Formats: sequence, structure tokens, C-alpha cells
Amino acid sequence: MKDVLKQLARDLKAEKLRTFLTIFGIVWGTVAISLMLAFGTGLHKQLIKSTAGLGDRIVIAWPGLTSIPYEGLGKGRRIRITADDLATARGNVDGLKAISTEYSGNMKVEYGTKTLSVDTSGVDPDFGPMRNLIPQSGGRFINAIDVAEQRRAVFIGDKLAKDIFGVTPAVGKTITVNQSPFLVVGVLLEKDQDSSYSGRDNEKMFIPSTTYRALRGDKYVDNFVFQAANAGDTKGVMKRLSAALGRRLRFDANDKEALSMWDTTEQFQFFDTFMLAFNAFLGIIGVLTLVVGGIGVSNIMNVVVEERTREIGIKMALGAKQRYILGQFLIETMLVTFLGGAVGFAIALTVCAVFPKLGLGEYVGDPVVSPLVAVLTSLALGIVGLVAGYFPARDAARLDPVVAMKL
Amino acid sequence: MTDTTNKLIIRMQEIRKVYDTGKIKVEALKGINLEIEKGEMVAIVGPSGSGKSTLMNLVGCLDTPTSGIYEIGGQAVAGVTRDELADIRNRRVGFVFQAFNLLPHITALENVELPMLFGAVRPAERRERASQLLDRVGLGDRLDHKPTELSGGQMQRVAIARALAMEPDIVLADEPTGNLDSSAGGDIMSIFTDLWQQGRTIVIITHDPALSRRASRVVEIHDGRITSDQATNEAA
Ligand SMILES: Nc1ncnc2c1ncn2[C@@H]1O[C@H](COP(=O)(O)OP(=O)(O)O)[C@@H](O)[C@H]1O
Ligand SMILES: [Mg+2]
Repeated sequence: MKDVLKQLARDLKAEKLRTFLTIFGIVWGTVAISLMLAFGTGLHKQLIKSTAGLGDRIVIAWPGLTSIPYEGLGKGRRIRITADDLATARGNVDGLKAISTEYSGNMKVEYGTKTLSVDTSGVDPDFGPMRNLIPQSGGRFINAIDVAEQRRAVFIGDKLAKDIFGVTPAVGKTITVNQSPFLVVGVLLEKDQDSSYSGRDNEKMFIPSTTYRALRGDKYVDNFVFQAANAGDTKGVMKRLSAALGRRLRFDANDKEALSMWDTTEQFQFFDTFMLAFNAFLGIIGVLTLVVGGIGVSNIMNVVVEERTREIGIKMALGAKQRYILGQFLIETMLVTFLGGAVGFAIALTVCAVFPKLGLGEYVGDPVVSPLVAVLTSLALGIVGLVAGYFPARDAARLDPVVAMKL
Repeated sequence: MTDTTNKLIIRMQEIRKVYDTGKIKVEALKGINLEIEKGEMVAIVGPSGSGKSTLMNLVGCLDTPTSGIYEIGGQAVAGVTRDELADIRNRRVGFVFQAFNLLPHITALENVELPMLFGAVRPAERRERASQLLDRVGLGDRLDHKPTELSGGQMQRVAIARALAMEPDIVLADEPTGNLDSSAGGDIMSIFTDLWQQGRTIVIITHDPALSRRASRVVEIHDGRITSDQATNEAA
């Protein structure tokens, strides 16, 4: 075994150019395919991440004016929804996982010498997870007790926290909101958000819905947010919820203006379809790369065997058995494949490590290399090379030594 | 496998070899009967194209006859597997070619070690035997030279050392001096006669009348047939 390896190292060294070319072919294929899929994965993750900034497959609904007459009532009536209406709907709609009221308006925040005007939402506990409002460690979102007891608790966006408190921790501090003291219970964990309906979450603050109502005297919600238990059932839940509220508040279930809804899961579906197409595109390019790389590698292997037929003849004349000749060839191919794959993987990793520093991550995401893809790619190229080289090598080893030596 | 005549190493009966190149068939050997005993030194002579190399390749199991019986050391060669044939080449025969046929990328020592590698000799023993053999052909100071760094005569001496590596029953040489100048050729020839005098069995194709006179026996080939087979005066 040691001899075989030693001889191998020598053979590889002796034929530097073709060894280099073979390794280069495998490196190239591995890098190309790994990087392509890495960027594809990165892009997908980024799309999901920034879309999820708005919420986790939620629907946002706004009451409006009726546009369809209903049971003798004319159109153009304003629909108003209370927290009670929603609480009732909650128990009557199948497949509804979570729902939260949202009251919004501008409030005056004072802290020390600072005075700011801040977009504020009054919400229920479910609002946090639905809208991906994840607290930084040490803090929390508005909870059920806050709502039940009308506590003056506030959850603030990370940018707002910086504007008010700078680098000092915000949780536990008291700020004045519209002349009332509020306890900061949590700060938003920084997130990517590419769409919004009432300002970016990082500049906003959130207080319990009951507290908001008490503070401002609002009776009706500005909008509400809900989520289906099963994202695929979102359209069904929208229909049932619309029907339930329509019966209670007397509007047509199909009236898109009485209750207008924004189904954010449509975006996810679009991205899923887009990524499917994108991955198919990458897949085709990948297969082409493999084919081209494979042809290159197999050509080189073929030439190798031709070049070395004389050497194979000499070895057979000295008593080498067929399995020795083929075994050497096999190990050589494996080594070249391994080397090429490893170098290719290393290059792909390096690119992926350097890429985030270019600051393009926000748009196309940061590439993520899959070791499995790298291994499979170099393996595929190695097998192509092996198959391409194996048969000529076997043919050479099957010749009578004199014939092989004369070639 | 029966070894009735202990001293008989080579036995050929009605050996024919036809080269079929698709268009034309060349009958290179037309019925060869040849027996070679242990300790002989046989010179094979004859005009170019008469079939000497063809015969030698068959003797060395580098090629297979079209028909006829061939036994080496009492072992019939027809019908054995390729691996068994490789073993016969490895253990029974040492071949010296006109074109040296050394592997160019490896050192003289490693070239001599090759047959022992295929014969599964332990590494330490391989090394020792290879350097002894190179020493014996006068290349004790050239162990680590590559073939390209050696003269023609030196390369052929490496090839002789390689042929002796597995202690073969018989050493075959096909015009071993054909690519050498007369002085280097003379040195090579003396090595062969020395080996013979040490008791080895040697078959050598040569155009050199001086050498064929030194052999114990001269076989003449014309047009694929043995036309003369005579013991010389110097026969042991
Ligand atoms: N591989 C081959 N294919 C076809 N014909 C061959 C081959 N090798 C040798 N011959 C023919 O066989 C005959 C004997 O050749 P060879 O044994 O090389 O002669 P020698 O060694 O006596 O010069 C010649 O006619 C030669 O052309
Ligand atoms: Mg010849």
C-alpha cells in the first residue's frame, strides 16, 4: 500500500500538466456548482427573511365602507369593528390560529430632555409572534396580563430604543407616553423588513390594546391581524372570518371593501414559485457544468491511459497483474478527485466567507455552501473520470504485453 | 505440471504464430520445435524479419502462440489465466529488451525493485537485493539516478539487474546491444557470458558472430523456421 502511494505521488508529479488539468477540472466544477447553489440558498433565505419581517404568513385586515347592498341596507356604510367582535369571531372561525386587534396613532414620548413623536400600536399578545416582533434577550413582548390589567407597558423598536436611550439598556426604564409613565418591557431584536403598512417596526412602539383604548378613548380597531393554523388554508380562513364578521356586523361576506384584507402569504407563495424556477435554472446550469467538466476530465483520463499504455505494457511484462494496474489507476483517480473536491470546497468556502464583507447581503443574501453539494459534485466528476479512464485502462491491461509496449 | 525432465526449462512443439493485421496475415513462425535445458547459453541468429523476436516474445510469455504446445519449467502455458501468466513472467523469466524499457520517472534502484514489488517481496529485502544487483552490474554508485541520467550501456545494465531480480529460471535478451556502441555492447555481452558461467540459463538474440561463438549453442532461424541448431566447440 505504501509502495502504491509512493509510486502514485511520483506518477502524479511526473505528469504535472495533466494532473493539474484533471484537478483543475474537478476544482472548477465543484466551485461553480457549490457557489451557484450557495448563492441560490442565500437569496432564498434573504427573501424569506425580509418578507417575514412583516410577519409570519399573516393576513392584515382593515374595515372600510360597504360596496354591496346587504339585506336592504344600502352601500357606502362604514363598518366598525370592536375588540368584542373579534373575540367572538375567534371562537367561531375554524382554522384560525391567532388574531390580534391593532389600534394605531401618534403619541408623544418624553424621556429626560428628549421629546419624540412615535407611531404607536395597541395590540394583543398574539401580535408579537405573528408579526415577528422578537424581543432582545432580557426583554419580552406585551403579554396577557398586560392586556387584562391595562398595564402601562411598552415594547419599543430597536431604532427607537437607540434614539431614546443610546447604548444604555432600555428594559426596566420608564418613559412618559402622552403624560403617563410607561415601563419598557422589551426591545425589538433587529430584523430585516422589506414591507410595512404603518411604518417600520424598528421605529415604532407597541402597548397593550386595553391600555391604548383607555388612554385614547378609541372604541374601534384601526385594523386587525390574523394567522391561519395552516398557511395553505389562509384563503379559507379569510372567507370564514369575513362571513362571521359579516353576519354580526351586517355586510356581505364577499364585500372586499367592507373588509379589505392583505394576504401576505401570497408573497411567500410567489417566492416559493420564484425559487423553484430559480433552482431549476441553477440545476440546469449545474448539470451543464458537470457535463462539460466531466467531458474535460474524461478526455484527460483517456489521454492518460493512451500515454501510459506502454508503461502498462512494461509493468505487465515484469509480472504486474491486471488488478495492480487497475488498482493504481483507481487510487490515482480517487486522490485527484479528493484533492480537486477539497480545493474546490475550500475556494467556495472562502468566497462565501468574503462575500458578506461586500455588504450586498441585504439584497441577495449571504451565500451558504452545502458540503454535501461539494462532495457530490466532486464525486460525480471523479466517477466520470474513473469511468472514462477505467475502460481504456482495463483494455490496456488486457492486451498482451508486447502489444501494449509497442503502442 | 509434471516435471519429468528436470533439466528441461523450455519445450516448444510445432509453435506457429500468425499476425493478423486485418488486411494481411503474416505467418511469422511456421512450426518451431525447440528445447532448452538448464545452464545452456543459446544464441539465436538469423536475418532481420525472420521471426527471432516473435519467438523470443513467445518464450517470455509476452505474447501467445497461434498454435502449438509450449511448456516452461514443465508448466503448460496454454489455457492458464492472465494472472497465472503474469506470475510466470514474474518468477520464471527475466527479459532484457533492445530498447531497455525502463520506466523513465523512477530511479535505477526502483526500476530494479519493480518485479519484486509485483512478486510481493518485502520492501527491505527488495531494497537490499536491488542494490546488490546494481552493484554486481557495476552501478553501485548510480542507485538514485533516473534512466534519463544514464548512458545507454548503463541503462541496459539496469535492465539486466531488473531481469535477475526475481531469480528467474531463464534470462531472455532480444538484441540487447542493438542500441549501443560497440564498446558498451562488448561490456554488456561480457555480463551475459559471466552470468552464464555462474550457471544461469540464457537465450540471446544477436547479430554478433563473436558472441554467438561464445554461446554453447547457436540456433539459426530463416523465414519462421529453425534451419540449424548446433552446439559450439565451447559447449560445456
Ligand atoms: N505486431 C506485428 N504485426 C504484424 N506483423 C508482425 C508483427 N511483429 C512482427 N511482424 C512480422 O513478423 C515477422 C517476424 O518479425 P520479427 O519476429 O520481429 O523478426 P526479427 O526479430 O527476426 O527481425 C516479420 O515479417 C514482421 O514484419
Ligand atoms: Mg527483432
